[in-house]
This record gives sequence, C-alpha cells and structure tokens, in this order.
Amino acid sequence: MPDNFPSAPVQPSPTQHTAAPLLAVRNLCVSFPSGGRMIPIVENVSFTLAERDILGLVGESGSGKSVTAMALMGLIDSPGVQITGSALFRGQELVGLPQKQLRRLRGRQIAMIFQDPMTAFTPVYTIGWQIDEQIRAHERLSRKQARARTVDLLAEMGVPDPARTADRYPHQLSGGLRQRAMIAMALSCNPALLIADEPTTALDVTVQAQILDLIRGLRTAYGSSVLLITHDMGVVAETCDTTLVLYSGRVAETGPTQALFAQPGHPYTAALLASIPPLDGPRPERLPAIAGAPPVPLERPAGCAFSPRCHYVHEACLPAPPPPLVPVGPHQSAACVLSTEGTPLPPRLISACASAAASIRHQAAPTPPPSHGEVSP
Amino acid sequence: MITALLRRLGQTVFVLFGISALVFCVFFATPGADPTARIAGRNASPQTMEKVRKEYGFDRPLPVQYATMMKKLFITRDLASYVDRGELVVPEIARAAPVTVSLVCGAALIWVVASIAMGTLAAAMKGSWVDRGLMMLGLIGISMPVFWLGQVTNLITQSRYHDTWLFSWVPGLGYVPFTESPLGWFKALVIPWVVLAVMFIGIYSRVLRADLVALAGEDFMRTARAKGLSPTRVLLRHGLRTSMVTFVSLFGLDFAQLVGGGALLTEVVFGLPGVGRLTYQALTNLDLPLIMATVMYSAVFVVLANAVVDSVYLLLDPRVRDAR
Repeated sequence: MPDNFPSAPVQPSPTQHTAAPLLAVRNLCVSFPSGGRMIPIVENVSFTLAERDILGLVGESGSGKSVTAMALMGLIDSPGVQITGSALFRGQELVGLPQKQLRRLRGRQIAMIFQDPMTAFTPVYTIGWQIDEQIRAHERLSRKQARARTVDLLAEMGVPDPARTADRYPHQLSGGLRQRAMIAMALSCNPALLIADEPTTALDVTVQAQILDLIRGLRTAYGSSVLLITHDMGVVAETCDTTLVLYSGRVAETGPTQALFAQPGHPYTAALLASIPPLDGPRPERLPAIAGAPPVPLERPAGCAFSPRCHYVHEACLPAPPPPLVPVGPHQSAACVLSTEGTPLPPRLISACASAAASIRHQAAPTPPPSHGEVSP
Repeated sequence: MITALLRRLGQTVFVLFGISALVFCVFFATPGADPTARIAGRNASPQTMEKVRKEYGFDRPLPVQYATMMKKLFITRDLASYVDRGELVVPEIARAAPVTVSLVCGAALIWVVASIAMGTLAAAMKGSWVDRGLMMLGLIGISMPVFWLGQVTNLITQSRYHDTWLFSWVPGLGYVPFTESPLGWFKALVIPWVVLAVMFIGIYSRVLRADLVALAGEDFMRTARAKGLSPTRVLLRHGLRTSMVTFVSLFGLDFAQLVGGGALLTEVVFGLPGVGRLTYQALTNLDLPLIMATVMYSAVFVVLANAVVDSVYLLLDPRVRDAR
C-alpha cells in the first residue's frame, strides 16, 4: 500500500513495546478557570504509547478524554487554562511548547481525526483543496504534486473515484466518505501519531466497522501509532492494544486490552463491561447500568471519584487522596483499593477474552464487517 | 449553475411585474381618490383635467391604464410631471441616477474595506483593548445619525475650518460629473462617501466580528488549526471566507436600498442631486408621476441587486449551488 505513496514511511523500529515510547505522558493536569477558581478537568493522567501501538482512551462524556487529546495537540486556547505535567513526544516536551513549534508538529507529526466528519471540513472548499492545503503547509510541493498525493491517499482510504471525489465539496459526500477523507487528510504528511477523537461516533455501524478496519490497518501501512478516544467498549475490544479507562478526569485503570477485558481491576471498568449485552446464554431482563452520573469536576469526592456509584465502596475509599494506581496484573494497574486489601474483583464470566471481543464485535456491527477495500456509498 | 442563474432571472422579472402592478394600484387605483386631480396638481383647470384623463386613459379599464402607464415609463418615456410644468420624468431620473450611484458605490467601497479590516482585526485580537476600542468606535458610528454627522462635517469643512490648510481643498456643496473632471468628482464626493459609510462600517464590523468569533468555535476551524496552519491563515482563509456568505447577503440589501434612494438624507445634506433628493422633492410637491417613477426605479434596483447577491451567493457557497 505505501509503495505508490511519495514519501513512504520508514519507521525506525518495527517491534512493539521494546523501543522507546513514541509518546510518554506523565501527570498531565488540565485546569480551567471558572468563577475565580481553577477547576481540574484532567488530573494526573499518565500513559505511554509505543510505536505502532493503538491505545484506547475510554470514558464517559465529560471524563476528560478529548481535553487530554486537545492538550497534547496544544489546541486548548481558552484564556487562563493551566496545563501541567509532561508529555514527551519523541523526546520533545509538548507541554509548554511555543505555538509556533507546536504548529510544525501539528498535522505533520501528530495528526488528529475528529468526531463529526459532517462539520470537520470547511464547507466552502473542496475536499481535495483542504487536503492539499495541509500537505502544502508542511512540505514544499507544487499544487499538482500535492493533488497527486491527495488523490493517492484518497484511493488508499478506499474512496471510489478519488480524482473526482477530491473535487467535491464536503456536503456532497456521505459521512463515511467524509471520515475517510478526514483520515486521508490526517495521514497526508505521514504522522507518527494519529489522535482519533471518537472517529466512529457519528457514523452508522457498518461504516463504523469499515473505518475501524482502516484505522487498524494504519500501523502496518503507515507505521502510525494511534491514540483512539472513544466511549464505546466494543470499539476498544476490536481495535486497541492497550486501554486506558478515564473516570472523571482521573485514570481508573490501564492495561493490555485483553487482560483488562478478562479481569478488570477497577469496579468502574467491570461495570462498563457488564453493561454490554451478552451474546450467549440467557438474555438478561434488564442490562446492568451504572446508577447515578459522574460527578461534576467541582464536586469530585476527595477520595475515589467513583465511590458514590460503586458497589464495593467502604471506608478506605472515602478519604483523600484518591487511591493511587496499583498493579493488578502484568502491565495492568487500577486505581482501586480492592486488590491491595486482598479482595480483587473476580474475573468476568466470559473469561476467555477472545469470545468477549467477538461478542462485542458482533454487537458493534450486526452485518458482517466488509473487507478493507470495500467502499461506502 | 447556469440553470440556477436563469431561474433566478425569471424570478426577477416576475417580481418586477408584481411590484409595478402593486405600485400602480397604490397610486392610481385607490378607491375614492381621483388620480386625475392628483396628477394635474392643485387648482388645475378643467381642460388640463380632461387632457390628463385622456392621456393616462383614466376613462378606460384598469389593465389598460396599467399598460399605458408602463408604456409611458419604459417605452415612450414621455411620462411628464404636471406639477413641474411638463418636465419629463424619466430623463430626470436618468440624470439623478449617476449621482446616486457614484455616491453609494464610493461609500460601499469604503465601508466594505474598513469593516472587513476592523472586524477581522477585532476578532483576531478578541478580548484585547484593540478589540474593545474598535467595537466601541463601531457603536459610536452606528449611533450617529447620518444627517447630523453630515451637517457637522459641513459645518467644519465648509465654514468653521474651511480656510485652514486642512479643509481648504473642499469644494462647495454639489456634484461634479466624473466626465467633466474626475478630480473634481472625487473632491466633491469624498466627504459624503465617508459620512454615508460611517454607520455601515459600525454595523458591518460588529456583525463580522461576531460572526468570526462564533465561527472560531466551529469544528472546521479546529480542524484547520489541527492541520498546523498559521493563525492568520486559519482566520482569513477558513474563517473570513466562510463568514463572507453572511456579509454579502447583508451588503446586497443595504447597497440596493441605498442606490434605490435610501441615501436621501446624505444627498439632501450635501446638496447632491441624486435619486433620493428627487424622491424627496416629488414627495413635497406631491408630484405623482415622479413618485411613481422613482418608486419603480428603486424597486428595480433592489430586485436587481438582490438577484446579483444571489448569484454571488452561488459563487460563494457551494451548498447553495446544489440546493437549487
């Protein structure tokens, strides 16, 4: 696939997990001022993303997923916002990097795909113009060369008749095509890191499956790492190598996706997984749901943020500071006191992770997922 | 796109017909009022009344009257004002139109350039003192009535400080045709241009700023920033270009109504013999044929300008192009 691509990726390290991480985030905090106080939206989020790895950032709405991504891209520009901690991208510190240097990284080294492809393109320019614009912002290419690459990219993303599609306006394309064009634009300068902010939320399920397939294929075709932000556990099971569960701006649990799905270490993760309808066995009368709503950032409990909604809550959960991340398995850690107290959560009923992932995949895409090359209308 | 344009043209013709019929009815078919007496003017002799009645066909059915009127307006162009002793109306408007067009076009150029500059600058420096200062200026511009501002500038440039070096170049009130002396034309009009433009600069810069600020929160602006474009490029190529759609629709309406006689106050204050002033005179004299003609003229302009704006719209916004 990358053969007909003008500057085919040459990634230094094809092996996973062994090389120095592409992105290492340590204690990232983002606070917004409101009414004279700083409200922490994201607190002490840490994770590492290896080359060619796909990391899933999961959480409910308002858990700080998007804010984390926007902070990494330096796209938060509301006045008075405070970003602390560290985010090393290929050894370069992103937090506090001047906008001018960030701009050089954005689009070229770190690209982003947004949730709603309907509104993510400027309505008055053609798709091709907008992809050309990004290429020409970062590389010295003529209009013609840029357009040639654009057409190649669109073709690789499975867009039918790419040369003509490039000359069409965003409103003339379907959601799936627009998201493909969005991904083509994000990949146009061969970024090492792709941040996908709920890339499939606005699409219908069949198109969702196709887009996820596309994203999964990126690491082999382009050598890109992906930070996938989603609230859909099904998408995570299908796509991600590693999973990071955020709750109310804090990390609840992190670990390899398989291990985390087989044996969640945090009651929140367990509850999220329990709310997915099982494919086998008796159909439950009602799906288990997590009672209540996540706390607003100002009223976060001093201790564990999940404690008001947790079945296992007891005295140890309540006092500040919130429970730290403790290892609950190889590479897996959870911010919960249960495992330190010697009473870890039981493994899930469907212990074999493969079947869990399979059940979720079927649930996410009722029709069989089309192959990679297939196109949406 | 060609079909869209043609259809728009067809609509224009239809609307013009509707307006002419409506105007005709208002002036000549109002029950209980005899148009003959009004056209002939006050204390007209019975002979004149008879002549008018014959000429306009007031003794014949309404459609014939309408046709006669339209023929006199557009084909033979011999519609005459009885109040003004037989002065032909159409040439009068033809003489006034260039004055109004000169005035409005110059003002439009000033207000478009100034408001885009002010609005964009304010949006780019949102929240700073530059932003606040510019928007305050805009508000002041909107708040000053154009006739007052005109009188004050006249007071300053024509009498008070006319003899100082600053305003000694200002010619007396009135109009100099462009064909006669381009420089004289410019000198005579530059102050009216600015005075007329001030209010529009205020409105347009504030609207543009608000539009740009609202757009800054749009997804596609975030995409543009995520692409690694410079803030200037994001603001101009993505933000300003998109808000031009609103700007143009607003501009079309204002421009049309000004050319159609809406610049009346400016024309009166600066002694410019334009269409607005003509309408004003016609109204004070109750000169019915002249009123009829100026109303038709301004209607034609408003409708034509709207058609032009819609065509520009087709160029500016691809979404509209497909919707038709």
